Amino acid sequence: MSLHTMALAELAAGLRARRFSSVELTQLCLARIGAHGNALNAFVTVAHEEALASARAADTALAAGRGGALTGIPLAHKDIFCTAGLRTTCGSRMLDQFVSPYDATVVAKLKEAGTVLLGKTNMDEFAMGSSSETSYYGPVKNPWNTKLVPGGSSGGSAAAVAARLVPAASGTDTGGSIRQPAALCGITGLKPTYGRVSRYGMIAFASSLDQAGVLAKSAEDAALVLGAMAGFDPLDSTSVDVAVPDYTALLGKSLGGVRIGIVKEFFDAGLDADNARRVQEALGLFSRLGVALQDVSLPNLPLSVPTYYVVAPAECSSNLARYDGVRFGHRCKEPRDLQDLYRRSRGEGFGAEVKRRVMTGTYVLSAGYFDAYYLKAQKVRQLIAKDFRDAFAQVDMLIAPTTPTPAFEIGAKMSDPITMYLNDIYTIGANLAGLPAISIPCGFVRELPVGLQLVGPHFAEATILNAAHAYQRETDWHRQMPQGYA
Amino acid sequence: MSAGEWETVIGLEIHAQLATRSKIFSGSASGYGASPNAHANLVDLGYPGVLPVLNAEAVRMAVKLGLAIGAQIARTSVFARKNYFYPDLPKGYQISQYELPVVAKGALEIVLDDGSRKKIGITRAHLEEDAGKSLHEGLPGVTGIDLNRAGTPLVEIVSEPQLRSAKEAVAYMKKVHTLVRYLEICDGNMQEGNFRCDANVSVRRSGTEAFGTRAEIKNLNSFRYVEKAILYEVSRQIDVLEAGGRVVQETRLYDADKAETRSMRTKEEANDYRYFPDPDLLPVVLTDAFIEDVRRDLPELPDQKATRFSLEYGLSPYDALVLTASRELAAYYEEVAHAVSGEAKLAANWVMGDLAACLNRDGLEITASPIAATNLAALLRRITDQTISGKIAKEVFEAMWSSGKPADAIIEERGLRQITDVAAIERVIDEVMAKNPVQLADYRAGKDKLFGFFVGQVMKATGGKANPAELNKLLKAKLAG
Repeated sequence: MSLHTMALAELAAGLRARRFSSVELTQLCLARIGAHGNALNAFVTVAHEEALASARAADTALAAGRGGALTGIPLAHKDIFCTAGLRTTCGSRMLDQFVSPYDATVVAKLKEAGTVLLGKTNMDEFAMGSSSETSYYGPVKNPWNTKLVPGGSSGGSAAAVAARLVPAASGTDTGGSIRQPAALCGITGLKPTYGRVSRYGMIAFASSLDQAGVLAKSAEDAALVLGAMAGFDPLDSTSVDVAVPDYTALLGKSLGGVRIGIVKEFFDAGLDADNARRVQEALGLFSRLGVALQDVSLPNLPLSVPTYYVVAPAECSSNLARYDGVRFGHRCKEPRDLQDLYRRSRGEGFGAEVKRRVMTGTYVLSAGYFDAYYLKAQKVRQLIAKDFRDAFAQVDMLIAPTTPTPAFEIGAKMSDPITMYLNDIYTIGANLAGLPAISIPCGFVRELPVGLQLVGPHFAEATILNAAHAYQRETDWHRQMPQGYA
Repeated sequence: MSAGEWETVIGLEIHAQLATRSKIFSGSASGYGASPNAHANLVDLGYPGVLPVLNAEAVRMAVKLGLAIGAQIARTSVFARKNYFYPDLPKGYQISQYELPVVAKGALEIVLDDGSRKKIGITRAHLEEDAGKSLHEGLPGVTGIDLNRAGTPLVEIVSEPQLRSAKEAVAYMKKVHTLVRYLEICDGNMQEGNFRCDANVSVRRSGTEAFGTRAEIKNLNSFRYVEKAILYEVSRQIDVLEAGGRVVQETRLYDADKAETRSMRTKEEANDYRYFPDPDLLPVVLTDAFIEDVRRDLPELPDQKATRFSLEYGLSPYDALVLTASRELAAYYEEVAHAVSGEAKLAANWVMGDLAACLNRDGLEITASPIAATNLAALLRRITDQTISGKIAKEVFEAMWSSGKPADAIIEERGLRQITDVAAIERVIDEVMAKNPVQLADYRAGKDKLFGFFVGQVMKATGGKANPAELNKLLKAKLAG
């Protein structure tokens, strides 16, 4: 088996056994990025020299027997994580030239774990989008069909993992931005519990929803990376001081007696019939594995999209106010006065979708509209969270499709934001309630991968990872690779 | 119409910088005087990806204030974002408290001119971060931004609109100033802007209930400016109303050079701050145990101290108020009073009189007094044991002030010891009587006024050192013949 298709654990074992070096592995990844990266437009920045230097350092550590579970493993970071000395654009012209003076906690933790940073992946501008088309650096292509979107906003990470350019990559998920591209690219994407992974150094879109996670080839790989990313961070007041279990050690448990709830509201009219069939087939498999399936209802869930599109823009309108052309980021040429500096710097620096959300958010927070929009949305958010709590009183986790349809054509939904937003209809609920959720490949619809989603109670990452892993031991959907990238 | 027919309504929003070592949401040092941006880290600069972490000490200080004003301490309070664009506001929002402040519904008592007391309600006190500063001086054509102050913790103390004159406003502000310094939560340095206020001022016809339209005067950083700005604003509003005009709701700035307020922006131009709870910060949850712990830490408060001074030292309410204006002054006074036990009133007169005058003249704080409390007490003991007279004591005091020497050394050096020896005084009296036979005759003929003349002559001959009481007694006897 060639290195680029191997599981992380196998790669790590091979590195520790010195069967191959981190430099060799890194060179292979860089070569694959060189060969396919441009066609997929998956990377904004590739860090050749830095990656090789880290790989050499990892090899030294490995040679000295100081290798850990991830030492020498090359990874990519979504370009939303600040990396000291390496450009961090967030997919925006606003930060085109921005070099962060510090590492995000996620970046620092994975660096400490000995991983090698290959580069920064392309994404929707400021993570606002479901197709990775709003990037200042152009749309990312889906490796299964380059006419199609890879999903978003972590589309660069998803495409890079799906095309086996990198063994795994980080992502962020505010309304489905890890799970939806994972589903559309046929890989595994894990969004942890809100507070499980530090947000420090992760450029904020909607602070109460944003959560860092992993895009990987399997649940097993995701478990390994999550273990290195997770944990309380005193620099993030919303991170939670809950011990990080050994996620890998918790895999492999029987699903006998495990109760999984089928979310009635997710099998709605918007769900593609073939997509629904793939999920039904997966339900059959879970049943055979001893899972007790039962229908559950989350009555307020259909309100998640409108709720999300009030809360997230409200927070983003405030989070993005710091991009004013004064201290960092894009500054317009020859500002006439302060207002001109603000207007042109922001007007030129932000793309259309970001502007739309900043304006929507400004509107819903304005005097006279606050109660009707922001406050009401927060109330509905509480109701949705309660629906999930009630459901978890009956079942151990929930199952649902990840997306209504497989990947769609580039450009198809750009002029219709509402249709675009509906792509996240099944994923947003977990963000509003802060729950961990994983998307895993569950087959194909018209030769395109689709995913199913497992949602667990707070801090039940191990539970959903175990179920996903059990499914992946019985299936090979996650091993399917797009043509041309094998 | 006269101003007497109008009633002034004032509410103050006092901003006190909390004396924490680091800023409210970042680890940067908080302090004054560093070179621009030396105390501004990535959090203060609002860099992409950074997050705020609340400084627990700032919360403790706000709770201390709340307990000292008998307020309700919120078991749960929430930080909110106040959104507006300004170059010295790096994030594009200020983190403040809006709907759920940490302190609500307290009160303070002020003493009015006639000695009566008035309770002023405090609506709320909330925590927030200060903004940076825009710099213009020495920067032609550009504006500099100094973010050293950005993120410094502030407690904003909002009064009810219960102040009815500029004087009351100043008395209230002084009271708060005294309190925050007693609590050691704010150094109160007004020149550095560590203690400043916005004044909401309106006028209404005497006897009416409804408030007039108010103007908010921003950023007043001295007691004098508060008084002058309010006086100006009140007369401006009365003029507008009496000319048949209407007061506009607006924000005004006080121009100290011209001693007038000027419109900054009207209500229509005002920002819509779009407050919402800051999702980067959890609600602040305080336990009863924490609050009780802070309560145990409270020092004796100004009012408690003033009451005790009245009882313990027999001082008038006015003297007690003056002597408790600061913790340091009160401590100084108590040290003097204890050292000259039984003469607390004498100690009060000297501390409030000569000492205060000299401190004021030389622009010194009590803590920098060249005469230590023990030294002042030693001087006062020389008055009470009749070594020197009160008049001579003033001379000794001046010499102590400028030389730093103790009282006894100066008394000895200058030979100021009082003459109490009866024979010695009698000898001088005899000489004076012998030298002034005409006056003596006149006195004995009934010109009582000449008594003072003889006192003066004796004092002159003794260099002022004759014990005045003794002198009076002896002189009366001798002159009587």
